[in-house]
Amino acid sequence: MVFITRKMSAKVKEETGPQLMSFPHVILREAIAFQLLAIVLVVLSLFWDAPLEQLANPLLTPNPAKAPWYFLGLQELLHYFPPLVAGVLLPTLVVLGLVVIPYFDINIEGEPLWAHRSPRRLQIYLGVFAGLFVLLALYDAWTVLVPTVLVGALGLLPYFNLTSNSRFLKFLGSRPLPWWVMTWFIAVALTLTAVGTFFRGPGWSWVWPWS
Amino acid sequence: MATTAWTHERLEQLRQTRVWRSIFRRGPARTNRTRSLAVFGNLGLHMLPVKVREKSLSVRATYYLGSISFFLFVVLTLTGILLMFYYHPAVPDAYRDMKDLIYVVSNGVFLRNLHRLAAQAMVVAVFWHMFHVFYRGGYKPPHEFNWVVGVGLLLVTLFLSYTGYLLPWDQLAFWAITVGTNIISYVPVLGRPIRFLLLGGHIIGQNALLRFYVLHCVILPLAAVGLIAIHFWRIQKDGGLTVRDDHD
Repeated sequence: MVFITRKMSAKVKEETGPQLMSFPHVILREAIAFQLLAIVLVVLSLFWDAPLEQLANPLLTPNPAKAPWYFLGLQELLHYFPPLVAGVLLPTLVVLGLVVIPYFDINIEGEPLWAHRSPRRLQIYLGVFAGLFVLLALYDAWTVLVPTVLVGALGLLPYFNLTSNSRFLKFLGSRPLPWWVMTWFIAVALTLTAVGTFFRGPGWSWVWPWS
Repeated sequence: MATTAWTHERLEQLRQTRVWRSIFRRGPARTNRTRSLAVFGNLGLHMLPVKVREKSLSVRATYYLGSISFFLFVVLTLTGILLMFYYHPAVPDAYRDMKDLIYVVSNGVFLRNLHRLAAQAMVVAVFWHMFHVFYRGGYKPPHEFNWVVGVGLLLVTLFLSYTGYLLPWDQLAFWAITVGTNIISYVPVLGRPIRFLLLGGHIIGQNALLRFYVLHCVILPLAAVGLIAIHFWRIQKDGGLTVRDDHD
């Protein structure tokens, strides 16, 4: 069997460690996982009630009308960008991006982003970052901008601090480019979803969840 | 203890019967040969590998997120079938059925809670599973295609959850689907026809409810089952889960 995983050389590895029979070792663990999950679900279902509002009324629009929570990130984007961009283009690009990940990831050995401290790479990084910053600021898309700046700054940190002894910095310094792109995506998606769920009120204005 | 020995003996006797042997066609799974037979002699298990790497079984390797997603799908199928006994995909009967679940049906609230909770949990589990696989490098060759199947399963999960959202026919359902389906109409050229096809009209009404019901209870679950089967089978065909040499 051929395996090329992160931090391995591209040469073929025959096996990685001892093997176990699926029956009973996998079956047993899966059964235990299923039982634990069933217990958690049942206990939660006893104490948490599924929401049910009034009968649907097309004449009575709630303000704000919110999509299910996993689409609230998109709804938050719709607040900033034209519908064609936020509602169609970006989701399509995200799905396409996810699909092509395994085919475009040429950095198969997981080389750190700043492995060679290439000045050219730094220029491209800063250029993309500045471009994103200006674009997002132009559209007042603050809830996208904040996580972008945070992750962008974290990504830049290891470039200057390669000799640091901090475990966190060492960890950041060992991350390859795809890791940073995905982390940026998750940070933005989580922020948008959280903001859409808890911090948006009438007219999609900012509200505090406790007020 | 005596009872345990007695039970054990009866079980052994049962295993020796002609009927038992005609069903399982193997002895007790005590040797590696019979353990292999237990996997590939079973319709449900035969798509799994007969042997797995010990490392891939550690909790940190997977957090069992794929299994948990699948278990949630099983829970959703079972509770979903039970809910179908009490549900009419009609306006406004659908909403009345929700009230019946609360006030009339024994354990109806629990049943609905379980279904709703498992649905939310499945969306979380599938997303988390995908991100975890990404960070573990599980999408890399030879697993590329299975990653793509996984993206398909993520989309099916989202559509399943979304179509189910309309079925209670309350304000929450109606307006969430309104917000979502309005976005579709912004797709160039095809937007309005797709929305019309999905809703069975220009507004969210009886036709939309029926279409979402059929999508939710028949078409999307079938798509999910098919993709899940390919997803599991490909793990075996691609040589098992990705494991790392190191544990960082």
